[in-house]
Amino acid sequence: MAQMLTPQEAAEAMFNMVKEATGLRKLKPMDLTKNLLEAYGDRVDKQICKEAIKELVDSGRCVYTYFGGTYLELPHREGAAND
Amino acid sequence: MADEFPKTPLLDELEKGAWPSFVSEIKMAAKRNAASRDLLGLLERSYREKIGHWKHGGIVGVLGYGGGVIGRYCDVPEEFPNVSHFHTIRVNQPSGWYYSTSALRKICDIWERHGSGLTNMHGSTGDIILLGTRTDELEPTFSELTEVGFDLGGSGSDVRTPSCCLGKSRCEWACYDTMALTYDLTKSFQDELHRPAFPYKFKFKMSGCPNDCVASVARADISIIGTWRDDIRIDHDAVMEYAEKGLDIQKHVVNFCPGKCMEWTGKKLTIDNSTCRHCMHCLNLMPKALRPGKDQGAVVLIGSKAPIIEGALLSSVLIPFWNPQPPYSDLKDLVGRIWDLWCEEGKNRERIGEFIQRVGMGNFLEMIGVEPIAEMVAHPRENPYVFYEEYLVEDDGEEEEGQN
Ligand code: SF4
Ligand code: SF4
Repeated sequence: MAQMLTPQEAAEAMFNMVKEATGLRKLKPMDLTKNLLEAYGDRVDKQICKEAIKELVDSGRCVYTYFGGTYLELPHREGAAND
Repeated sequence: MADEFPKTPLLDELEKGAWPSFVSEIKMAAKRNAASRDLLGLLERSYREKIGHWKHGGIVGVLGYGGGVIGRYCDVPEEFPNVSHFHTIRVNQPSGWYYSTSALRKICDIWERHGSGLTNMHGSTGDIILLGTRTDELEPTFSELTEVGFDLGGSGSDVRTPSCCLGKSRCEWACYDTMALTYDLTKSFQDELHRPAFPYKFKFKMSGCPNDCVASVARADISIIGTWRDDIRIDHDAVMEYAEKGLDIQKHVVNFCPGKCMEWTGKKLTIDNSTCRHCMHCLNLMPKALRPGKDQGAVVLIGSKAPIIEGALLSSVLIPFWNPQPPYSDLKDLVGRIWDLWCEEGKNRERIGEFIQRVGMGNFLEMIGVEPIAEMVAHPRENPYVFYEEYLVEDDGEEEEGQN
């Protein structure tokens, strides 16, 4: 059986996806899960993806944003913010 | 603006009349609080110009959570600096909205220290709504709230804070323990509540009987409404007492029965329970004489929503009779299957009800492994989306050709 990704490895892969998509399109947690499942096949499952997202958010490497739906993005100063 | 009390001739109009006024409440808070003063000024300006002055903030929140904070900034911060940031915090309410006065005092004290002091008890989601604070006050507020036993509620594409009527704690109509189920679901779905992972929001609302005091049938993705499946209990002496005291049973009770299943002879009331719609009309009018049957449980419905993106939807029956018993594993398994499918196939910002409309109820039921049954149909011939394949006769193509 293929070696499963650890949640940390999955988090790293998701982080790279978010980084690459920055400025181009916003990714939902669901998109990241689907992308990872597609990229790594049976080396990841939904539980690992869930833990990976938790890892990304708890560490502050990604933040949840809300623009009609909820997305995961790199931390940034948003346009609407006032000082 | 800051220190002076703004002139608000338009808002003042909203203080007139017999009803409580949010303007009076904000004015009361404004005596002590600069944010409330600026809020009055900003609101008056919006009324005058007929234009809103709020911008949506998308990335404010507390560390680790994807819900519970709704970001707001004012678009004229130079004029109204104290509402330059005016974020809303949603706090998970206790089931049935029971508080001790000391718990309420603690919430208010925290909010006066860290926010505008203005609250909305409660928002349409059911949460305690704390209105108006700055980004740098979010973490301290959250940390103090958790110290006194409160947590944030849901917002965004997550499980929204489950809410329920007060059920068996005070209401004689309750057919199951709404508060216990709500508490359990809230605890079980913490991850889904705080970490948005769905195409859109997902709401659970629990009502103890078909009176549906939390309006779950119109607003919840999963509505769980108490019901019974045996006969309405009748106390005939109490029925006579109502009649003697002047209730026109024929006119006000029997004639309004949507199931046309009641008969009143002037001395005796009978109910044909096989056609009763469980609408609660007769029970509400004669609460001392009629009670729900003893075989009680709940009906689980799916798919309602208020109109935001598309039109309003009412729930459809998913499980006609469910016996809610802890740990409610059967319901949680079913919900898990629904979420898996919706996350897989749902479009961005598509509520589960809209998803069902798109794929068809028959397909949806098949995909989540639920058999279609007659109780899911409101009226005969109303649900053309369910096909019973065993009744379909294979045709040889001739008929089809003839029709074209
Ligand atoms: S929904 Fe029914 S059980 Fe719940 S409070 Fe209302 S009347 Fe009572
Ligand atoms: S509950 Fe409604 S449908 Fe049933 S008997 Fe009473 S009035 Fe008729």
